[in-house]
Amino acid sequence: MDYFAQQLINGLVLGSIYGLIAIGYTMVYGIVGMINFAHGDVFMIGGFIALITFLLLVSTGLTAVPVILLIVILVSMAITALYGWTIERIAYRPLRHSFRLAPMLSAIGMSFVLTNYSQVAQGARVKPVPPVITGGYTLHESADGFVIQLSNIQIVVVITTIVLLAIFTWLVSRTRLGRDMRACEQDQTMAALLGVDVDRTISMTFVIGAALAAVAGLMYLLYYGLVDFFMGFVAGIKAFTAAVLGGIGSLPGAMLGGLAIGLIETFWSAYFSVEYKDVAAFSILIVVLIFMPTGLLGRPEVEKV
Amino acid sequence: MTAKPATGTTSILKTAFVNALIALVLFSLMVGIRTEAGASGQLTYWTRFGELASLVAAVFGGSIVIELLRQWIGPTGAEKLVPPAVQSGMSFIGRYLAPALLIFTLLVPVIFYNQRYILDLAILVLTYVMLGWGLNVVVGLAGLLDLGYVAFYAVGAYSYGLLATNFGWSFWICLPLAGILAAFWGVLLGFPVLRLRGDYLAIVTLAFGEIIRLVIINWQELTGGPNGVSGIPRPSFFGIPLDNSDDGLAAKLGIEYSPTHRIIFLFYLILALALLTNWATIRLRRLPIGRAWEALREDEVACRALGINTTTTKLTAFATGAMFGGFAGAFFATRQGFISPESFTFQESALVLAIVVLGGMGSQLGVALAALAMIGGFELFRGLETYRMLVFGMSMVLIMIWRPRGLVGHRAPTVYLTKAKAISSDLVKEGHG
Repeated sequence: MDYFAQQLINGLVLGSIYGLIAIGYTMVYGIVGMINFAHGDVFMIGGFIALITFLLLVSTGLTAVPVILLIVILVSMAITALYGWTIERIAYRPLRHSFRLAPMLSAIGMSFVLTNYSQVAQGARVKPVPPVITGGYTLHESADGFVIQLSNIQIVVVITTIVLLAIFTWLVSRTRLGRDMRACEQDQTMAALLGVDVDRTISMTFVIGAALAAVAGLMYLLYYGLVDFFMGFVAGIKAFTAAVLGGIGSLPGAMLGGLAIGLIETFWSAYFSVEYKDVAAFSILIVVLIFMPTGLLGRPEVEKV
Repeated sequence: MTAKPATGTTSILKTAFVNALIALVLFSLMVGIRTEAGASGQLTYWTRFGELASLVAAVFGGSIVIELLRQWIGPTGAEKLVPPAVQSGMSFIGRYLAPALLIFTLLVPVIFYNQRYILDLAILVLTYVMLGWGLNVVVGLAGLLDLGYVAFYAVGAYSYGLLATNFGWSFWICLPLAGILAAFWGVLLGFPVLRLRGDYLAIVTLAFGEIIRLVIINWQELTGGPNGVSGIPRPSFFGIPLDNSDDGLAAKLGIEYSPTHRIIFLFYLILALALLTNWATIRLRRLPIGRAWEALREDEVACRALGINTTTTKLTAFATGAMFGGFAGAFFATRQGFISPESFTFQESALVLAIVVLGGMGSQLGVALAALAMIGGFELFRGLETYRMLVFGMSMVLIMIWRPRGLVGHRAPTVYLTKAKAISSDLVKEGHG
């Protein structure tokens, strides 16, 4: 039981990170109707930028951890958002009215560019960081000595996710930009006729998605203590699985799917085998798409001729 | 990078300046600062402002050039059809290019008999030509985006590798078996997932490819895990080994043995396999099933309205493509003599897909030329392993922007009612199935 509770905590933390990435997939899919294959690599870039900013700040002699984290989070969000914007501008916008497979292939190309760009720029070796946030709480200690730990970093990850989700939900449901985004999702032509700047809205979608992925990258860096140039690929597929599981196009669904994938992966590793945890996640993707193509919270798709 | 086409010197400079500024922010940390883990695991960093400055300058110069080019070419208006004179010239070249290439390919071992490097490269190119032609059935003809094609290549390679090393079966028995097993896996995967829409299908096939690779890595008792399968027997000339022994082919023919014989045999073997793929594809296109594939690619809803069973049609395309992938895999295993999961990563799938896309999706000649260009291009960047994937990704994006239909983006309809009309592939709309 204690083991179960501990895995539950670990799974929820991992799921928060997947959820933050999955939001980027689901938003882009909802509005542009394409799978942004390079989104996993945007997450990786976010992790790298967080690492470098952190290193620079520490070397200036700054020691207050909350201040450092705040600056790191803002810098990595800003620069990664610019990456998202540039990617959309270069690789996707010219193809918006091209044939069906073109944006997908362009996105795969972009994913290769980003992966190898960071490999060339930062080297192929794994970059470790010392634990920044240490300590934690012991929630419960059972008779046989098993301890349920809730570390401070886990609390930080979950709280950051909740705060970001609150801001994000407010943005989508209460602001002009959010209304434009929802309008574009329903009908781009009609939205344009009613004075919505579609290009700008799509750009902003990529910017927001990239900023959330950057936070996910930072959380990953803090939680696992390392980044490498190849981490975007697998994390990207899992986050996409999360988006599909939650119902692609649905924002709460993405978060829900992220949590579900995080839990499944953690429990699979804990009770079955660590080696096959990725196989489990990918199999879920296949199974969900076969039996529940609309996901948990998605709307059924109407096929237009 | 910016939206409005700039006119006049000031606006060009302004655009270039803005682009350079964006580049400065993008590259500032990633390029300007280099991190590395030191000996004790402690992270260190050093600055690289020189590289950063030259990159930003390159972006500045590049955007000026692009803006100037844009003004020089003029606004890209409606899609222009190629003038008839050029078109007939192209079709003339097209008609004679393929036979000329084939004759040249047949003569390669004669011309380059003593150049082992060129022969090896030619075998590699032909392997990718075959993979490209196999995937072309799925992507080019049936219009199904398959991102996990390498899985079938892996199934073929491991089928031969394991059957040959464990049971000592000969290559010629295993080759059809590898194809059948790969096709079987194709059906197994295809049956449930082929109802999915295009991009979902792409992701599912990608997941499948990764699953196969992960299973190969982790199922160590069967596949040897990351260590792979080694000591895979070389192919024999229908039972006669190609070695230096007394009953080898050289001894039987009474000629002096040379290791080049085996290479040349492999060359003709893969050439024959590739041509078999090509021949089967060309024949299939003329059968009802091939026509159904092409109809499916153009408009799935219309297909269903006409009573074509889309699931079976897709399944046959998937299985056929998988079978050729399996053949190529068996060949790969026998050529290398060693296979490991490293050869079957997503990058391979993307490379084969890029070959098909670059070749114009559906054009057999285009795929062959694209394979030559890609593998040849990769050879040029030999030794620059990381840069070459960077360039590969960039060219994939640029080709999509510049010519989404590929370099030989000409789709001749197989069936026509009155008179064959050459239409630009840009006019053929992709169905949203």
